[in-house]
Amino acid sequence: MIQFILNDQLIQTDAPPGTALLDFIRKDQQLKGAKLVCKEGECGACSVMVGKLEKGTVFYQSMTSCITPLVNAHGKHIVSIEGFNMEELTPVQQAMVDSYGTQCGFCTPGFVVSLSGYLLSNKTLTKEGIIAAIDGNICRCTGYKSIERAAGLVLEKVKKDLPVVDIEGLVKSKFIPAYFMDISSRLKDLEQATPQNGNAIRLGGGTDLYVQKPVEMYESDHVAVYDNSAMNQIEIADGFCSFGAAVTMGDLYRSELFNQALPDSDYIFKLLSSTQIRNMATIGGNLVNASPIGDFTILLLALDSEITLEKNGNGRSVSLKEFYKGYKKMDMQEGEVLTKIKFKIPGAKNHFHFEKVSQRKYFDIASVNLAGNLTIEEDKITTAHMAVGGVGPVPMYLQKTCSFLEGKKLAEDTIDSAIEVLNNEITPISDARGSADYKRLLARQLFIAQFLEVNPGLFNLKKLIGQ
Amino acid sequence: MTSNPTKKKNKKSFNIDAPLHVSGKTQYLDDMPELAGTLFAKACYAKVAHGYIKDIDTTAALALPGVVKIISHFDIPGENEIGGIIQDEPLLAEVEVHFIGMPILIVLAKDEITAHKAVDLIQVDIQEKEIITDPIVAFEKNELLSQPLHFQSGNTADAFEKCKYVYEGKAESGGQEHVYLEPQGAYAIPNGDGSLKIYSSTQGPTAVQRTVAKVLGVSMNQVEVDVNRIGGGFGGKEDQASAWASIVAVGSYLTKKPVKYILERGEDLQMTGKRHPYKNTYKIGLDAEYKIQAFEADFYQNGGAATDLSPAVLQRTLFHATNSYFVPNVNTHAYSCRTNLPPNTAFRGFGGPQGMFVMETAIHHAARALGVSPTVIQEKNLLFEGAEFCYGQIAKECEAQNTWKEAARKYDLARMQKEVDDYNLKNSYSKKGLAIMPICFGISFTNTQMNNARALVHVYQDGSVGISTGAVEMGQGVSSKMIQVAALCFGIDTEQVKLETTNTTRVANTSPTAASATADLNGKALQDACDQIQKRFYELARQTWSLSEDAAIQLTQNSIVAGDNKMSWNEIVSLAFQKRINLSAKGHYSTPIIHFDTKTSKGHPFAYHVYGTAITTCTVDCIRGNYEFDAVKIVHDFGSSMNRAVDLGQIEGGLAQGIGWMTMEELIYNEKGQLKSGNLANYKIPDIYSVPKEVEIHYLDTKGADLAILKSKAVGEPPLMYGIGAYFSIFNAILAFNPKAKLPYEAPMTVEKVLMGLYQ
Repeated sequence: MIQFILNDQLIQTDAPPGTALLDFIRKDQQLKGAKLVCKEGECGACSVMVGKLEKGTVFYQSMTSCITPLVNAHGKHIVSIEGFNMEELTPVQQAMVDSYGTQCGFCTPGFVVSLSGYLLSNKTLTKEGIIAAIDGNICRCTGYKSIERAAGLVLEKVKKDLPVVDIEGLVKSKFIPAYFMDISSRLKDLEQATPQNGNAIRLGGGTDLYVQKPVEMYESDHVAVYDNSAMNQIEIADGFCSFGAAVTMGDLYRSELFNQALPDSDYIFKLLSSTQIRNMATIGGNLVNASPIGDFTILLLALDSEITLEKNGNGRSVSLKEFYKGYKKMDMQEGEVLTKIKFKIPGAKNHFHFEKVSQRKYFDIASVNLAGNLTIEEDKITTAHMAVGGVGPVPMYLQKTCSFLEGKKLAEDTIDSAIEVLNNEITPISDARGSADYKRLLARQLFIAQFLEVNPGLFNLKKLIGQ
Repeated sequence: MTSNPTKKKNKKSFNIDAPLHVSGKTQYLDDMPELAGTLFAKACYAKVAHGYIKDIDTTAALALPGVVKIISHFDIPGENEIGGIIQDEPLLAEVEVHFIGMPILIVLAKDEITAHKAVDLIQVDIQEKEIITDPIVAFEKNELLSQPLHFQSGNTADAFEKCKYVYEGKAESGGQEHVYLEPQGAYAIPNGDGSLKIYSSTQGPTAVQRTVAKVLGVSMNQVEVDVNRIGGGFGGKEDQASAWASIVAVGSYLTKKPVKYILERGEDLQMTGKRHPYKNTYKIGLDAEYKIQAFEADFYQNGGAATDLSPAVLQRTLFHATNSYFVPNVNTHAYSCRTNLPPNTAFRGFGGPQGMFVMETAIHHAARALGVSPTVIQEKNLLFEGAEFCYGQIAKECEAQNTWKEAARKYDLARMQKEVDDYNLKNSYSKKGLAIMPICFGISFTNTQMNNARALVHVYQDGSVGISTGAVEMGQGVSSKMIQVAALCFGIDTEQVKLETTNTTRVANTSPTAASATADLNGKALQDACDQIQKRFYELARQTWSLSEDAAIQLTQNSIVAGDNKMSWNEIVSLAFQKRINLSAKGHYSTPIIHFDTKTSKGHPFAYHVYGTAITTCTVDCIRGNYEFDAVKIVHDFGSSMNRAVDLGQIEGGLAQGIGWMTMEELIYNEKGQLKSGNLANYKIPDIYSVPKEVEIHYLDTKGADLAILKSKAVGEPPLMYGIGAYFSIFNAILAFNPKAKLPYEAPMTVEKVLMGLYQ
């Protein structure tokens, strides 16, 4: 039986664990505030807050309930728009009204949940932060400016009324209903072990499976690994950063350890989907999905990562750059499970950088993405690890290009010649993400961008770009 | 009118729907409680763009527990052909399929998952035929959906001979998916006597009623259509909501059960039409002073597989082919081309944006060739008071030059341009671009017959008021505006007025909520109804207080007042009720003056025009090819806005949608006619980071047109066209990097086109 708290109600249900959380909320519970729009996590109209007990307090994250498996709600506090409603409008709701931040209204509950949830899940509130909290919410009517103004009003109100942003303060200032005060103790009383429902599919955050086959997932035979604590650890030891396959992009973004391993990586996370999806998408899922364009896969390839595959208690290590064998083909045997990812933490002489261009700058799938980890000593490239996505059947580690670069002087000529090697190494095809010619040009440009970011003053690339 | 509701102080902004929206309490179609026994419909649609249906096997689907019925065209009780202008679109395919997404069969099942599984089990064997996806190919094969259209003024052949500069070229604009967040859908409930009540997510309740009646073979009075509100429409639910309503109606009619169908997003994207893509050619001629003397253009509209609203969209393209400019000699031709794509349909702007894009392209082309800024040519040719449009209407209260001048002054255009130029001198890896987009958009349905509306007003005996109109609320704020009109007419608070659902039994024979004219038409009909009741109250007051015929009486501040005599609103209502005076009224309005002769393509088709000017600046990353918009600064002619905050929202939202159309929104069909951008993972609309960092909108205080409701001009469609400035601002930034860029004039300006343009 799956147990969780939905708003202020205890839910104990025998509904299929593969049911989409949104369907459960709308159909079983008849709460109609969250809307069904895309069933892909692409619009945020179904956003809910998901609160999880962590060290005695409840940590809230936004998720798109349309592709969240019901089983992932187990042991948690789920907050839909109804869970924020009180007799009077909350300051967040009032700000949306006062700023005319709603037109047709279909996206609005999702925005209100994301904005309210931002206050629940952050101690320090910033303008960039509150906008980032709604980066996974799409509105077709307003053009967003009025919603930005509403977010500004919310921040002003918080600044005025709340010296400390915590549950108690939010309740007192009527940002959230009083029942939130009891949630942590109520969650402690809930059974925490996730009920399992078979063995055929490893189910993480659901961000790909529920997009690819929503109907099959409803009745699926699966092992839910999202809350598997053994697969949720992030560690640093002996100069390596390692983490479990069920760790999400959101976990890494918030992790102090990961930030130590890869400092200044906020710009990267901003390029990876949306806040909601990052909170759901596991790194293991990203890797075994084997998409030639997986952002985190490209990033981990450039970090020359190693993965652990386990079967019946036995594990083996595989270098990620050896893992992909063909389109959606991996060095993975029947019954093997990806459990762990590990990479060497870049040192002072390493330059790690990630590039991505997509049709829409943020919250989109890349046309081409590229990551590089270059060791530069006295103007020389001593080691190079680079990977590029969207230009071949697999997420591609640039073996030849890297070999060419190693030992070469960091200079325009080197890059010019390396581009030729790169050109021979990639095999882009034309598809919905762009023509082959475009992807070839874009790969070259991102390759150049990588060096510009390494050291923009070191040399002049104007000639390379024809200026 | 006796009262004077146009006073500015009464025009207070408010959005009646906002408190419910922000609480998630607003009830949309899919939020209605479902009746026990409701069946769920789902379409099995063509996976091939053109071909003969050889065989259909439904055995496995029918064997699935929970499947109640599978409906084919044989089961349709009335006519199988639907369509808003010409009924040439089979509701369910008969012998052939004409586009991917064309419905063939309808499954009825006990729940949605069963319906989904059943559809997947149906086998349809189709013998493929040759397909056409390009409008030019269709034109060459004479595959036209309607008669070609032709507008002409002056003599272009003579004029070109006298022109110093003549340029010819091609321009293309892509389609656009509506992405109304609420998908299409309908819910039919049988009444027991054979009649049906249909809840539909539609902009056109009457269109749904008419279509359903024909499909069922019953009279219109057997079909009641009710719309509470819709979660976005943008034109996509003007004509194309009728198919889904017809499907549930047939299902309900045959089974005597309630039947519901809410399209999944993927179905909606595959099965419904979009903004028409256009391919065009143009020829522009200028004299030595850069005055445009002649303009010719041929427009090839990609209409899709059936007529839908394509001819009307095509006509508006010609109305707006010279945008905001005076051109003395015009000769334009337009063709609606039949292709194997879903029938394309209305979308905010209704062909106008596609026309304007070509004119702006021609000017840009000429400016580039002449080595001047396009703004020089634009400014020299702006419309002026008394100028004649090529279709014969005279520009009145023309604000084209005023909005341009005010934008240039208020936003210091010279400084903005200098900042862009300075930036470009200093930066090699990124460039800025600036473009100005003036707009002129005609308000009225171009089909004169449609410019009418009705409203029903009940004053209840306790003083509360209920109003019904033909307007459908879809986010544009028409509910708030209707409530304002009634409150202003009666001099009461808006809280006392309730807007009812849009229902064909209360307000019949309505025009769809479209053409930006809904508030004007329905608001004026509502004024007419309120005035009738107002007159009865004035007469009652005269009798009660023994006043003369010409005594001044006013309904104001919840009271009726005549000199020293005063009664509260509730007292006069109560008194009227006691005296058996009719407290209800039906109002009617039809736009005066307008007329248009389709044979000569001349007349006075528009009640008035809306003007504005937008300055757009962007920064292009010349390494990566992506871009962002620094600012869009607008001066807009609102007339005398009755609800500034709502109108402002229309400008900001329309702008973002226009920018989306011109930049990232790309419909990709493969050679088989399959939509590759058939989900929201692959079809991108603007997110919060894609919209301009700064949007400034200045209200140009103008007198406002008499034919606009409370002199508050229509605001729904015009701002979309400001988005065209986004295209040209990027184009100009690319030219700053690569002056020789061989970039074709093809919208949308995707990041791919930008990068290719930068490095050609």
